[in-house]
Amino acid sequence: MGLDFSILPAYADILWKGTLWTIALTVLSMFFSLAGGVVFAVLQLNRHAIIRWPVAGFAWLFMGTPLLLQLFLIYFGLVQIGLDLNAFVAGVIALSLHFAVYNSEIIRSAIVAVDKGQYEAARSLGLSQFQAMRKAIVPQAVANVTPALGNMMIALLKESALVSVIGVMELTLSAQRAISDSFRPFEFYIAAGAIYYVLNLGLEQAVRVAERRSAQYR
Amino acid sequence: MSEPIVKIRGLKKNFGSLQVLKGIDMDIDQGQIFALIGASGSGKSTLLRTINQLEEVTEGEIWFDGELVNQKLPHRQREAHLNRLRQNIGMVFQHFNLFPHLTAIENVTMAPLMLGRVNKAEAIEQAKKLLDKVGLSDRGDYYPSKLSGGQKQRVAIARSLAMNPKLMLFDEVTSALDPELVGEVNRVMKALAEEDMTMIIVTHDLRFAEDVSDHVIFMADGLVVEEGPPSLVFRAPQEDRTKSFLQQVFND
Repeated sequence: MGLDFSILPAYADILWKGTLWTIALTVLSMFFSLAGGVVFAVLQLNRHAIIRWPVAGFAWLFMGTPLLLQLFLIYFGLVQIGLDLNAFVAGVIALSLHFAVYNSEIIRSAIVAVDKGQYEAARSLGLSQFQAMRKAIVPQAVANVTPALGNMMIALLKESALVSVIGVMELTLSAQRAISDSFRPFEFYIAAGAIYYVLNLGLEQAVRVAERRSAQYR
Repeated sequence: MSEPIVKIRGLKKNFGSLQVLKGIDMDIDQGQIFALIGASGSGKSTLLRTINQLEEVTEGEIWFDGELVNQKLPHRQREAHLNRLRQNIGMVFQHFNLFPHLTAIENVTMAPLMLGRVNKAEAIEQAKKLLDKVGLSDRGDYYPSKLSGGQKQRVAIARSLAMNPKLMLFDEVTSALDPELVGEVNRVMKALAEEDMTMIIVTHDLRFAEDVSDHVIFMADGLVVEEGPPSLVFRAPQEDRTKSFLQQVFND
């Protein structure tokens, strides 16, 4: 039995919905992982060890354990303490936290790399520590790390497939459903792969635009 | 005679075991132009930076506008106190420290907007006036990377002036400039001096110090060696250290 892609249109609907769920999952997790990344990075630079340490411990925990395990823990584990999350929400939380930790490492080193004179100039104008970070330091740091963060976001899109194991009907699980109905794994895995690839091309393009925008001033 | 706007008493500053300032006293009246001169490492920049507390002091008192600058306060209160003080003390740096991600005009409007002094239209209006004042009305939309060193420094001066400070600190502001760009920055400072702005100028440019200041302080090894009107300090120095410093600089 050879490859026969003419089977695909009959399942276009399920693949389309799966694609939309994957996009929703990715976009939300991207947003929270970037925002969380900035917050963790700033907290890790706090002068009080009592604030730095818990964040560092948390980061270490999320970097040192598999995303799959974190996903199970959040979806199945939290039920036990009365937190019954729906699978999509659990997926967004796991992906956001996992990538926020990686993003924060990238952002933190970029913040440290911003010239100290920038902070002094902002403070000498009367801005608070927080205002100086927000208006002077973080925008420059973000411009420096757009390429690296872009790579993380592309990884996030691909890792979102893991969420299929807790039953979110995103692209990978949708492809599996189509396979269990049609018994044509090869065609559908290739189709899903092609869709991931196209999504990533789009994302890469967006990262390139963001890169140009954020470094416009150079 | 009214209270001096800046009053420094017994100021000492250590970096670890290194004593950088060994007991400085200073009174600056409203509208005075002070020039701090001396060799590198004499402590003049450190002294300047203690006034707005970019450097904390080890011992002594700094008073600004009737308020003790370096008072012992809990962290949060101290921060609020410093933010308020710094809004009235402008500072210009050797390496400009313009915000590279903001245009010239955004650099100038940033602090007044951030601190809720004015609304956006007022901030832009004021920034345009200030850029005009420093001779850069046509460069408002330029990013710093597209400006020359002299232009950057003039934007930096406009940025400080946007907070309407009562005192301006200049930390070797022409030292990083190509020689042909020094004049344009000096002219802006001179114009400011003529408007009776109170200024403290740390500089290696002795001709400019003589030209613009009405009080010169010569520092060496963390102490004030000699001070007085420029005509005296430059033309008839009393101390041997002053004489040899001036000789060295002017013979170069």
